[in-house]
Amino acid sequence: MRRFLEGPYAGVLALAILVAVLPLALPSLFYLRIAALIGIFALVVVGLNLLIGYAGQVSLGHAGFFGVGAYAVAIGPTYLGLPAWLALIAGAAIAGLIAFLVGRPILRLRGHYLAVATLGMGLLFAMVFANESAWTGGPDGMPVPHLDLFGFRMSGARTWYWISGVSLVIGAWVAANVIASPTGRALRAIHDSETAAQVLGIDVARYKLIAFVLSAVYAAVAGAYLAMFDGLVTPETAGFLRSIEFVTMAVLGGLGSTFGGIVGAALLVLLPQVLTVFQDYEHIALGLIMIVVMIFLPAGIVPSLAGLLRWRRS
Amino acid sequence: MSMLAVEGLGITFGGVTALADVSFEVKPAEIFAIIGPNGAGKTTLFNVISGLYPPRQGRVRLNGEDVTGLPPDRLARRGLSRTFQNLQVFFRMTVAENIMVGRHLHERRNVLAHLFTLPSVLAQNRATRAKAENLLAFVDLSDLADRTAGSLPYGALRRLEIARALATEPKLLLLDEPAAGCNPVETEEIDNVIQKIAASGVAVVLVEHDMKLVMKISHRIHVLDRGRTIAQGSAADVRNNEQVIAAYLGRHGQREAARAQD
Repeated sequence: MRRFLEGPYAGVLALAILVAVLPLALPSLFYLRIAALIGIFALVVVGLNLLIGYAGQVSLGHAGFFGVGAYAVAIGPTYLGLPAWLALIAGAAIAGLIAFLVGRPILRLRGHYLAVATLGMGLLFAMVFANESAWTGGPDGMPVPHLDLFGFRMSGARTWYWISGVSLVIGAWVAANVIASPTGRALRAIHDSETAAQVLGIDVARYKLIAFVLSAVYAAVAGAYLAMFDGLVTPETAGFLRSIEFVTMAVLGGLGSTFGGIVGAALLVLLPQVLTVFQDYEHIALGLIMIVVMIFLPAGIVPSLAGLLRWRRS
Repeated sequence: MSMLAVEGLGITFGGVTALADVSFEVKPAEIFAIIGPNGAGKTTLFNVISGLYPPRQGRVRLNGEDVTGLPPDRLARRGLSRTFQNLQVFFRMTVAENIMVGRHLHERRNVLAHLFTLPSVLAQNRATRAKAENLLAFVDLSDLADRTAGSLPYGALRRLEIARALATEPKLLLLDEPAAGCNPVETEEIDNVIQKIAASGVAVVLVEHDMKLVMKISHRIHVLDRGRTIAQGSAADVRNNEQVIAAYLGRHGQREAARAQD
């Protein structure tokens, strides 16, 4: 039991309880809507954490995969007559396939070079979404039809709270599974020493690619959710700033901590709402908070606080 | 049949010859030491044999098969493992997890099963962990199993690397300065561990500066100087070889040493 509580699944269980109980504590649909947004962004960050936090490979282009999911649920039903759920699955599969094809060559790069290459990849996606007006509606974007499941229409903050919440729990569970498996050990080994990992028989290129594809699929599913929740998709959904936002969430919450990623996502969705009281100075306040957090909690919020707690106890 | 055969190996870096025409063979259960002054090319030789650098000339054979230029992970599948002079421990993982990574090739690597943690994955994790605990006992690190590797003292990290390399079940083990930075007690422990490994049938190739350790446990010694072989033989042969003494002490030092002995 003790081992379980300290293991990777304790966080997943805590998350499941939180998701189940939270609606009781939220006073209005407005908060439920924000909670749904947090769930959607946290899903991306949980996937991205496998790549950045565990395998140690940075990506500044994951908004591209987010956009693939988002446009899939817009284009699929509108132009191809696909049901929305099938378009969502197709979007995730396409994002995974693109990640597989693009990842092979660019994951050979390391550090800053990989960052710049993934940045370029993200910009390419954004350019396609903005320019292929016949399919994507160009810079103005396009409306996204509702998701119908089992004859029910999935719309409104409450429904999407549950969809994103349950998906996040499943996503965190899958991530915990990966981390506790030989695949997860291989990813973490690559992060610390690629040379040693290779010498022990790990096919480094293959495992980096696995993390890249997995994180792309997480991003695409979340992108599809956001598009269906909003009922609209624009190139900004998949823009450069979105990619930066994802990485910031992961770093702020704590790399290599699934729960940290969720906290990071929550913070970056909540703060702009809370900081509106500063009006014109909103962005300055946001920037300052981020700087202060990184200075005083350099490993990210969750790992730093957990470390502090352990230190206090011993 | 030799476990490792190196034939006429040569490599240059930007016009500088780091290795030239190095040849030797190592048999199973043998402890084969490579020594030489700093910059002799010992670590470079290890890096070529273990696939980190492709050689310019020559061949490397493992168990009779030509493996020249194969990447390290392919060589690991054929039974080669190694440790590093500048430790390459997975510092953020626990001690036990470090060894578990070494079991990678012996685990089923079906990613889909890993995504959903099928019962087989859990059973396998337990088996891998048990194997890791055995190896930790072998190098006397059992009580540190769940510590983060980064928090271990230096001598323990050396033994951790050896245990991790053993986890792959190698037939050929390259140890790059396994006793570097260790105190006499730790060196003694490492020396015991190496002899036990060789006794189990593994061919061990050793690069080491601690001459007492080398002379004591090596069956044969190969001496490099500036990338070339200058001697090979038993501890006694090498100790009395003029060229070896010259390489280590220099012509001048040799005269000094001779005078000191008078």
